[in-house]
Amino acid sequence: MIDINITKALHGAHGAMELHLNTTIQQGEFVALTGKSGSGKTTLLRILAGLEKAEGKLLVEETLWLDAQYICPPQQREIGFVFQDYALFENMTIEQNLLFVAKDKTLAQHLLEVTELSSMKNRYPKALSGGQKQRVALCRALMKKPKLLLLDEPFSALDGAMREKLQKELLTLHKEFHTTTIMVTHNKSEMYQLASRLIVLENGKVVQDATPQELLFAQEKDKLKLHGKVVEIVNKQEHYSAIIALGQQLVEITLTHQEAQNLTPSQEIILQAGTLHLNLNESDTIF
Amino acid sequence: MQESLNFTPFLLSFKLASITAIILFAISLPLAWYLAHTRSKYKPFIEALTALPIVLPPSVLGFYILYALSYNSPIGAFFEEYFGIKLVFSFTGLVVASCFYSLPFMVQPLQNGFESLNKHMIEASYIAGKSTLQTLFQVALPNMKPALLSAFIITFAHTVGEFGVVLMVGGSIPGETKVASVAIYEMVEIMDYTTAHIYSAIMLIISFVVLLSVYLFNAHHTRRFGL
Repeated sequence: MIDINITKALHGAHGAMELHLNTTIQQGEFVALTGKSGSGKTTLLRILAGLEKAEGKLLVEETLWLDAQYICPPQQREIGFVFQDYALFENMTIEQNLLFVAKDKTLAQHLLEVTELSSMKNRYPKALSGGQKQRVALCRALMKKPKLLLLDEPFSALDGAMREKLQKELLTLHKEFHTTTIMVTHNKSEMYQLASRLIVLENGKVVQDATPQELLFAQEKDKLKLHGKVVEIVNKQEHYSAIIALGQQLVEITLTHQEAQNLTPSQEIILQAGTLHLNLNESDTIF
Repeated sequence: MQESLNFTPFLLSFKLASITAIILFAISLPLAWYLAHTRSKYKPFIEALTALPIVLPPSVLGFYILYALSYNSPIGAFFEEYFGIKLVFSFTGLVVASCFYSLPFMVQPLQNGFESLNKHMIEASYIAGKSTLQTLFQVALPNMKPALLSAFIITFAHTVGEFGVVLMVGGSIPGETKVASVAIYEMVEIMDYTTAHIYSAIMLIISFVVLLSVYLFNAHHTRRFGL
């Protein structure tokens, strides 16, 4: 169990603000931490890791990590940390990066196999892609079988398939090591699939704290929302239609005269659909 | 033609420079680490103090060191009475003086090296449970080899090139304090231009080769590691 009651004055991009958090995280919980950039997510992770000072108290399973008189150094905290910029040891090979943390060859091999990095274990970080570095950083953070795993957007540089595979693997390892995990993420499906609890920070304060299921579906349960951009308004005599770009796809929507008046090209809009019906067509080809 | 060439001044210069570089490395490592990581308001004062020998005329520095190390000062008297070491007009005195004179040339490249390291990499080492000392030697220094090499070579070269301080603190005792730069000065004084030419050419070539090797190493390192 982690008792957190901390306060820290921050000078963020939006001026001075105060980071304040007072909560308890259960052993084995998987917490997703989200919020706009500059809301204090990374600072919170750094305080938990002992990399930054804060006022207040941190108590982890009866062990004091922080209070007014004492600050436990990061070396003694038994944590794993994945930095957003990976921060691998450039002078060491991939395998040496892992063994530097703990001299456990079996575990290193296991982690490298899971992340499909075994064939690269003798390479140096400079020779890896962003996604590969991110995987190494994750493996390195797990080498100590940490009690507390802190992840700062650990999957942001990975593509879909690898991302999913590693999410599953992280969940397995999280359970296997009985780790408490706190992960900063902006990815909603990640929050939904991994986390048992979702905390939303805004200007240093907790604005929402519940299960991802409760929060992500809170308002509009079965509504589909799509963010798009108006490309063109076409006048078709009896009606108008708007060409709208939704990611890579273009759609045409019929508009009334009045609706067309309110839209201008390159305007950002939200398309909302009501109850959805599943219409699977296996022979569909995707261009 | 002058009597056979004497290379003792060169040997003396290199011995002085090597010892100075090693001592300064030991002193500068903690100092540069501190300066690179501190947020103390005293940092500019310490930095300015460290950089003083760059701008101070060598005669001023030499005068103060001479004054501080002579038997008339408490420091000089202490060393002579308790250890029997004479700090002025001796090789030991030259080493002490050189350490002051070349300090910024060791501290600044090291400090720049530490500052240019990815801060998160150092933190990752702490999180891995490593002490500051382990982090310094296993993570920080191996990742700043160009800075390390620059610090050593420039300190070495700068010490070989010192003249004013050496002359004031050490004088020109053959085999003891008469280093290459002082020897050249003497050759010109007694109008032995041939020897002065040979000595100067040797210094010129050595200095160029040393600097060239630094730049070659750094260029190679940049290509290989993209630093």
